Amino acid sequence: MEAFTRLDAKAAPLPLANIDTDQIIPKQFLKTVERAGLAKGLFYEYRFDQQGREIPDFVLNQPAYKGAGVLVAGDNFGCGSSREHAPWALMDFGIRCVISTSFADIFYNNCFQNGLLPVVLKAEEVQQLMDEARGGNHVVSVDLETQTVTSPSGAVFTFEIDPKRKAKMLKGLDAIGETLEAAPAIDTYEMKRALAQPWLEGA
Amino acid sequence: MPPMPGKTLYDKIWDAHVVAEQDGEAILYIDLHLIHEVTTPQAFAGLRANRRPVRRPDRTLAVADHNVPTEGQELGVDAVADEEARLQLQTLGKNVADYGIEFFPMGDIRNGIVHVVGPEQGRTQPGMTIVCGDSHTSTHGAFGALAHGIGTSEVEHVLATQTLRQKKAKNFRVRIEGEPAPGVGAKDFALAVIGEIGTAGGTGYVIEYAGSAVRALSMEGRMTLCNLTIEGGARAGLVAPDETTFEYLKGRPASPKGGAWEMALSYWKTFFTDEDAAFDREIVLDAAKIAPTVTWGTSPEDVVAVTGVVPSPDSFATPDKRASAARALQYMGLSAGQPITEATVDVVFIGSCTNSRIEDLRSAAKIAAKALEGGRKVAEGVRAMVVPGSGLVRAQAEEEGLDEIFKAAGFEWREPGCSMCLGMNPDKLTPGQRCASTSNRNFEGRQGRDGRTHLMSPAMAAAAAIAGHIADVRDYL
Repeated sequence: MEAFTRLDAKAAPLPLANIDTDQIIPKQFLKTVERAGLAKGLFYEYRFDQQGREIPDFVLNQPAYKGAGVLVAGDNFGCGSSREHAPWALMDFGIRCVISTSFADIFYNNCFQNGLLPVVLKAEEVQQLMDEARGGNHVVSVDLETQTVTSPSGAVFTFEIDPKRKAKMLKGLDAIGETLEAAPAIDTYEMKRALAQPWLEGA
Repeated sequence: MPPMPGKTLYDKIWDAHVVAEQDGEAILYIDLHLIHEVTTPQAFAGLRANRRPVRRPDRTLAVADHNVPTEGQELGVDAVADEEARLQLQTLGKNVADYGIEFFPMGDIRNGIVHVVGPEQGRTQPGMTIVCGDSHTSTHGAFGALAHGIGTSEVEHVLATQTLRQKKAKNFRVRIEGEPAPGVGAKDFALAVIGEIGTAGGTGYVIEYAGSAVRALSMEGRMTLCNLTIEGGARAGLVAPDETTFEYLKGRPASPKGGAWEMALSYWKTFFTDEDAAFDREIVLDAAKIAPTVTWGTSPEDVVAVTGVVPSPDSFATPDKRASAARALQYMGLSAGQPITEATVDVVFIGSCTNSRIEDLRSAAKIAAKALEGGRKVAEGVRAMVVPGSGLVRAQAEEEGLDEIFKAAGFEWREPGCSMCLGMNPDKLTPGQRCASTSNRNFEGRQGRDGRTHLMSPAMAAAAAIAGHIADVRDYL
């Protein structure tokens, strides 16, 4: 997993609520056996019309937002399916941080497996970032160490994050290796369960 | 010392599965891992790259459901026309063979939608922890199992360790009391709950459904209710097991037999919420006040009684919600104030992990049979399809003659799979088509680019097929 420490990047505003994972990466792009290369499908139906032509109005198609690394979105971002292709596509496109008032649980969780930082701010803070991101200067700074977002005009907002998740993200640690260190505890649990619920063994 | 506070059903399942705990994060043991072709290839690739084995192939079960075509399945995977889908299906076949995982391939009568197959096989049992790389894993909560969707990194984690790292969620109880009106059932309950709490209302919670109307539901109904829990933002829904649950489980292929059945039964009966347990949030709905319910917009919270009208974007509280509602109306081709029954349909889809079980097919077939009696069929110009949730559901329905009723009334009778719920296979809407659908998501493009989805119950979808527009099922009973 890629580590996340600090990011200075253009922020693109996406002022819609309930942006679901079908919007982030439509189903036709899920038929892959790879993790890489999903940027082409990101927000596909927002970015391209039925003939596959770019829709110039869409924020990520506007030259001013080319290379954006941060998305500022409406409430309940990432609702819907569990597809990890959503964070994969965002990362592949170059988005490293999404800021919203809330995130759907599964998406939020998936972000931390991939070094994509989901930041929850208050409604008025998200609104201010949204407004500033629409302006001429829309570069924001996101610092995970200090848990702050600095707006283009210099306003500083702090955000909460689970300390354990933060530590893993800062170092880019893999969860499986860590869990496997607890293998003796898993062995013990399985032995006890085999005695208490024998019908689940050797199925 | 004060007495220990009571535990909720969720607390009990959680406590029974904690392997280790550190800094508020638990390593939770997983009893059953269901897998399918779409969310696993990268997980197996990860295992291979790190030379890690699958810890418990015996606690893992694989099906092929998302990508499969719903006709010609006997021709086998190599005949699947879509090259990428075929590769994904073949990859699953190779992965399960390499790691010794039980697999019901496409065409096997036991194959079908993962959330239909698990319960049908008796794999899903009370008190279990169950995960799958699919958000509708919440379905299995109908048995009093803690079940939820996970991402592909977590699929890899479960394959390697048979555990998941989790933080405990909060407890939310939804009580539905009283007796529903005829024509109103689990789907209407679920849509009414989402309409009440919103699509983010359950975020951070596990929802336990309780109350007399929930107790009165069959296992199929409970699965529909728990299935849609994720659309209200909660990863898992639960119904405490009872005689209905045990009756359903008895004699299933993977259910315990003989002495083990009695042993399992006494274990399962420990999974209920104590009377003095506390919930972080609770709501109560009156079943009698719930009408047949449909969605008007592009989020499952956009619900309206079938007797109601399309709302105005101005009626929403926040700017982002107003923007989303305005966009939804435009996308759906509807205008504020319009009665929802004015929406004419092009396609009717009866199927998906929400509503493709035998009871769902029976309730739709009843409407079709009634229409036939009155000399009516599927309205002209409407394509109506019925897609059973598994090969076994299909066989059962055929034994009961439901397929004949559907076909006589002008419905297509198809082979099992996720089908048009998510349009990852040949079953899709074309741009602008409007669909009465028994599935779970009315998101933009979900059933096909620029397709317009209205969620509703199987009986309501059947009524829409006959009427040619969204219709009140109570006029078709």
